[in-house]
Amino acid sequence: MKLSHEQVKHIARLARMGLSEAETEKFRSQVSAILDSFEVLNQVDTTDVPAATHSIPLQNIFREDEAHASYPQEEILANAPEREGSFFKVQSILE
Amino acid sequence: MDYETIIGLEVHAQLLTGSKMFCSCNANYTEAEPNSHVCPVCLGMPGVLPVINQKAVEYAMLSALALNCTVSEYTKFDRKNYNYPDLMKGYQISQYDFPIGKHGWLTIDINGNRKQVNITRVHLEEDVAKLHHEHHYSRVDVNRAGLPLMEIVSEPEISSPEEARDYLMKLHSILRYLGVSTCNMEDGSFRCDANISIRPIGCKELMAKVEVKNMNSFKAVYQALEYESRRQRKAVKEGEPIFQETRGWLDEKGETVSQRSKECADDYRYFPEPDLPPLIIDKTWIAKIKEKLPELPEARKNRFVAQYGLLLHDASVLTGSLKMADYFEECVKLAGKERAKAATTWILGDLSRLLNASGTGIGDTKVRPEHIADIIKLTGKNTISGPAAKTIIEETFHTGKSVDDIINDKDLRQVNDISEIQDLIKQAINDNPKAISDYRAGKEQALMFITGQVVKATSGRANPVAVKEILIEELGGK
Ligand SMILES: [Zn+2]
Repeated sequence: MKLSHEQVKHIARLARMGLSEAETEKFRSQVSAILDSFEVLNQVDTTDVPAATHSIPLQNIFREDEAHASYPQEEILANAPEREGSFFKVQSILE
Repeated sequence: MDYETIIGLEVHAQLLTGSKMFCSCNANYTEAEPNSHVCPVCLGMPGVLPVINQKAVEYAMLSALALNCTVSEYTKFDRKNYNYPDLMKGYQISQYDFPIGKHGWLTIDINGNRKQVNITRVHLEEDVAKLHHEHHYSRVDVNRAGLPLMEIVSEPEISSPEEARDYLMKLHSILRYLGVSTCNMEDGSFRCDANISIRPIGCKELMAKVEVKNMNSFKAVYQALEYESRRQRKAVKEGEPIFQETRGWLDEKGETVSQRSKECADDYRYFPEPDLPPLIIDKTWIAKIKEKLPELPEARKNRFVAQYGLLLHDASVLTGSLKMADYFEECVKLAGKERAKAATTWILGDLSRLLNASGTGIGDTKVRPEHIADIIKLTGKNTISGPAAKTIIEETFHTGKSVDDIINDKDLRQVNDISEIQDLIKQAINDNPKAISDYRAGKEQALMFITGQVVKATSGRANPVAVKEILIEELGGK
């Protein structure tokens, strides 16, 4: 399955990635190749196989509504690439 | 050509649980330090395992039942994928094809015209982080991320901004009665987005749908939809295209402006959330939740009419707010059922006027049901006059003092004992010879005038009925 140039641009936009024309072409062939590999799965006849949403047959797993202490603020912010005071700092999203 | 307006509303209500939807972080974040109610689960760290908060599910079931929905036997969570800095994981856990409730309805009422608005679905999801936008960057507070959020989607069957407002107020009232959400519109625990389009009357196809966001009050919803229906009609008239887009309401400017282009459902690439097993909701569980349904606004309104003989309109206003309905019933309990109408008059009249003028909620006023009950009882017994009662409620509103104390402080006890005012009556007769002769000549009004003079001389404390009686006697009968 060959993706179109426009489809790759669309996917990049959803991921908020800016791609050059050359990059778009490069990823077009790479992502198309990945999709082709998955196409193999379509060769299996699944007519009588019910759709599976989960791999383990579990249901109704709950927790009680009890609040417990969260992580210390400093630990939560420890991995922040950038911070301002006790906030994470991120780039504005440009449309 | 005439156009009709088609509106569908999407409401998000934060559920009033103690902990978050999928982790045990404290859900009460309003006063908390930024990023202090956060753990690896709600921060979206790799390898963590979310676990469903049972209370949130039961609150959604309760809401679905109150909104006449069918509760799904099988329901599951799905991932909604999109990239935005308010979303830590790059996806939001939501529900796609098997929501907790579907096919419900609620009744709206515009000037006595009742209409059923169908509800498409009620589903659960998680709230996202709060962004504080600065010039070139944003600050992120993750405390709100992972809060249980219930989404209620109406069918596009609302045909005016008035109907939209009434739908929202009815829904708001129901959720408050259920106690599942604080439903505070200012702090965002009750949020509304609208889809609005217009089409030539009789036409079945929908034209481009505009999504309107950022409406933070019932009034804003009404104004934004009013603005948008006018804007779209104008565009069509002038031959300009209407784009399918998201527009934000600017309260201070009173207009909507174009925001980001809308991603469509396909772009969200929904798929079943592998970390959360599905839910099977059996009949026993539904029955158990059904038992918890309280008396809802509609039923309470009808009961007020039947039990207390109230006018439908008064009952509707009283029961629109849970707190006001409770307040009213507390007054009636203290003052007696036969005084229900008087209680209604005081609550919807003087008390509401004082509350509205000062922006106070009925739950926060110093005027307690005890005060209202005392005022009604004392006016009924002629201990205080009508104007004195108005003075008292005003004073209580500001100071919270008891009715008895105010009566004593201000000397408001009505004088029913005529001997106390006999002299004043004699004085009035002497001072008003013209009125006396008018009365004797058959002018009833002259009597009212003199009565008024006497009542005035006692600063409103004399009981006009008693004064009039003694006057007639003094003037040698009729
Ligand atoms: Zn957490």
